[in-house]
Amino acid sequence: MGHILQQFSQQAVNGLSLGSIYALIALGYTMVYGIVKLINFAHGDVMMVGAYLGWIVTTQLHWSFLPALFFAMVVSAILGMLIERIAYKPLRNASRIAALITAIGVSLFLEYGGMLLVTAQVRTYPPVFPETVYNVAGIMFKYGDVVMLVTSVVLMFLLQFTVQYTKVGKSMRAVSFDKDAALLMGVNVNNTISATFAIGSALAGAAGVLMGVYFNTIDPLMGIIPGLKAFVAAVLGGIGIIPGAMVGGLVLGLTEAFVSGLGASTWRDAVAFLILILVLIIKPTGLFGKNVREKV
Amino acid sequence: MIVSKWLNRKNVFVLLGATLFYAVIQGSILTDILPPFYKLNLILICIYIILATSLNLINGITGQFSIGHAGFMAIGAYLSAIITAKLHGPLALGLLVGALVAAAVGFLVGLPTLRLKGDYLAIATLGVGEVVRIVFLNTEYVGGAAGFTLSSKITWSWSFWLMVLSIVVMHNLINSTHGRACISVRENEIAAEAMGINTTKYKVLAFTFGAFFAGLAGGIYANYMYIIQPMTFSFLKSFDILVMVVLGGLGSLTGSIFGAIFMTVISALLAGFPEWRMVITASLLVVMMVFRPIGLMGTKEFSLNFLGKKGERNVT
Repeated sequence: MGHILQQFSQQAVNGLSLGSIYALIALGYTMVYGIVKLINFAHGDVMMVGAYLGWIVTTQLHWSFLPALFFAMVVSAILGMLIERIAYKPLRNASRIAALITAIGVSLFLEYGGMLLVTAQVRTYPPVFPETVYNVAGIMFKYGDVVMLVTSVVLMFLLQFTVQYTKVGKSMRAVSFDKDAALLMGVNVNNTISATFAIGSALAGAAGVLMGVYFNTIDPLMGIIPGLKAFVAAVLGGIGIIPGAMVGGLVLGLTEAFVSGLGASTWRDAVAFLILILVLIIKPTGLFGKNVREKV
Repeated sequence: MIVSKWLNRKNVFVLLGATLFYAVIQGSILTDILPPFYKLNLILICIYIILATSLNLINGITGQFSIGHAGFMAIGAYLSAIITAKLHGPLALGLLVGALVAAAVGFLVGLPTLRLKGDYLAIATLGVGEVVRIVFLNTEYVGGAAGFTLSSKITWSWSFWLMVLSIVVMHNLINSTHGRACISVRENEIAAEAMGINTTKYKVLAFTFGAFFAGLAGGIYANYMYIIQPMTFSFLKSFDILVMVVLGGLGSLTGSIFGAIFMTVISALLAGFPEWRMVITASLLVVMMVFRPIGLMGTKEFSLNFLGKKGERNVT
């Protein structure tokens, strides 16, 4: 019995660290969806770019973890803003499907453009953390697990603070509630949307560095599957709702860890998509969503 | 008179043109003039035309948004491969069973998911496609990740005439009562429902037909390619098909055909540079959406109406 409990807790720890990465990516998805009603397929690829930025500065310039994280966040934020200005802004009044197809295009562009730049070769992250393992009552905490959880939680608190108490956050909430009314009240909608993309992409960049540190290897297509899963997490929590994305990410991470723990790790990806389909069929607005009646 | 209705000048011209094209290619294959690389790409064009036109049925004609088409292709490919290679059944039976099972899965998946709209439907279909791929990946009977080898039974004749048959069936479906109902769902779902159209029925109908032809194309692909692997049917394949449909124009049958030919030729030309191929595809997609979101043809069809008798308007 004790053995099972111990294994259970061990998988919970693994799930939480993986889930916190999903949550960080899911936050970007959910913020962008909340404000422009667009599934930003390229979000996972911004995470990939973040991972490469972190890799370049840690291997070539021998930076330590925190400056590398910060650098990746800043450059990813700029990339996110550029993507929005170049690809999505001209389509703001086009059909949703046109915007979605554009997002797929941007995603493919980043993946294969990245492949041209850095080649498809798998790169290894340098060991930025000591190999310390803490043993608390038989449950192994790697140093990296702890840093990852702490980093994610700090970033989520910063985000929550920004959205709730700063001027940018207030205008973001106003624009997502009613774009036209916000415009009439003097909110600069374009800058607010840019800010949303910047914040979301910065979080994705941070997630990319954490991902690289956690899995050790990075490649130009690494963003696809975590990106899709983060989207599942965002839908699970209710897309457009920030606390929902955090909870959704953690729930997804835990589920995957338990599925792997049961010895069915090759089915892990299928489980994530089955969750998605079930959520969409049973409660499309997600765990935290409210039902909105369709108006003609 | 059924015969005289079908035997108008336009249909005869199209049929003659198709037969002539088929005969020229068949002749050059039989006399070994045609290099194998060209033959491969001609058959691939046939396969992609079936895939693109069938996705057009869902995304263009009925206005839904599926990005899981590769999943149905995978079902058709694996099922037909099991029939022809494992059970040593005839090729036609394999193709038929593959397509029918894909259609059945499309029906079962379509019933619940087609209640979803727009982005949600897109993601759900993507999820379905990936689940199908993972199921095959984990099935040892069909070789798992390593893939499934089989002999190549498909000839140019098979692929060409199956493509022609598919286009004819889809063309007639689009121009039937059912097709018009599907178009009304695309134009305005609520208005269509108010006019007494069972929108769910037509959405599922389009989805099932689309899945059927995707399964057929998958069967042709499997029985031509010697080997099928789960990775072939990842959602990148779905995106490839989507690009063809979008490029040609959502809702245009001839547009999809053109898109399929164009993209297959581009991939053949850039066969040595797969990254460049994807970068060009992606840029094309973005530029297209920004400057001409309806695609090259929009919802229009390229038609040979000018060949009809003067004053006679063929309803196409």
